[in-house]
Amino acid sequence: MSRPRPDPVQVVKQRRDTALRALASGVPYVRFLDINFDRRGDELTAVMSYDDKLIGNPHLPALHGGVTAALLEVTSIITLGWTVIWEDLESGALSLDALEAGRLPRLPKTIDFTVDYLRSGLPRDAYARARVTRQGRRYASVHAEAWQDNRARPIAQAVAHFLMPRGQT
Amino acid sequence: MTSDRIAHARSFIDQIPQARALGLEILSIGEGRAEIRMPWSADLVGDPETGVIHGGAVSTLMDTCGGAATLAHPAAPAATATMSLRIDYLRGATPGQAITAQAECHHVTRSVAFVRAVALDEDTRRPVATATGTFTMEPSA
Repeated sequence: MSRPRPDPVQVVKQRRDTALRALASGVPYVRFLDINFDRRGDELTAVMSYDDKLIGNPHLPALHGGVTAALLEVTSIITLGWTVIWEDLESGALSLDALEAGRLPRLPKTIDFTVDYLRSGLPRDAYARARVTRQGRRYASVHAEAWQDNRARPIAQAVAHFLMPRGQT
Repeated sequence: MTSDRIAHARSFIDQIPQARALGLEILSIGEGRAEIRMPWSADLVGDPETGVIHGGAVSTLMDTCGGAATLAHPAAPAATATMSLRIDYLRGATPGQAITAQAECHHVTRSVAFVRAVALDEDTRRPVATATGTFTMEPSA
C-alpha cells in the first residue's frame, strides 16, 4: 500500500490561486469595489482596499453602509463558490483552462441578506471572512463578519441564505 | 421648515461619494419617503453570465434610500446611521434596466427610525427586492 506522491507545492498553490482569481475577478462588481482575496489553505479573507469613492458619510467620514454590506455579500458568495469547487479543484476534475477562459462555475444566488451594523466603518482598508454554516443541495446558510484594525471589534456581521446552482453539490 | 429639511436631506445624499460612484439620482423626496434611481452599469454586474446587477449594489441603493427617507421625516434627526438592513431578493433585475428604490420611514421613536423599501426595474408590478431596516436618530450631526 502506498499513497500517490502529492503534487509539488508550487503546482498545488498555482492551481488554487488561479482558480480563486478566476472565481473572484470574473465578477465586474468585485473589481468595482476592488475586493481581493487572501488565501491560506482553503481559508479566504477578503481585502477591500480603501478608496474615497467608498465613503457614505463625508462628514464623519465613514464607509457607506451599503459598501460594507456589499463586502460581506461578496465574501459570502465567493467563499460559498470556493467551497463548492474545492473538491473538484483538488481532484483535478475541474479544468483550470476553462476557468481562465472565463467559463466559471455558476455562482450561488442570494435569497436574503441581513446585515447588522456594529461600528462605523473608518476610511481605511476593511477585511471580511465568511463561514458556511450549512450547505445543502439546494440551500446554504452563511455567516460573515467584517473588521478593520482590530479583528475582535467587527464593524458589521451578516447572515444570509443562498440558492445553490443546479448540477453542483 | 419642511422644505429646509427636505433640501438638507437632498443635498446630503447628493454629496455622498459612493452615491456618485453608482450614479444615484434622487427622483423625489419628502415627508419620510424617498425615491432613488440607480442606472444600469456593466461595472455593477454580479453574474457575468446573465448580466444581473450584484446584490451589493442593490444594498447600497436601498441603504441610501432608507437613510434619505429617515432624514426627510417630519421628526428628522440631524444625522442617521443604519443599524440593520434585511433584503429579500425576489428576482434578478433585468439587465440594461435602471433599478429604482422607494423607501418609507413608517415609524420613528426618539431613538430609532423604522423603514421599509422596495426596488423596482421597468416591470414595476414585479419588485426586484424588498427591504426592512432600522436607522439611528442622531441628535446632532
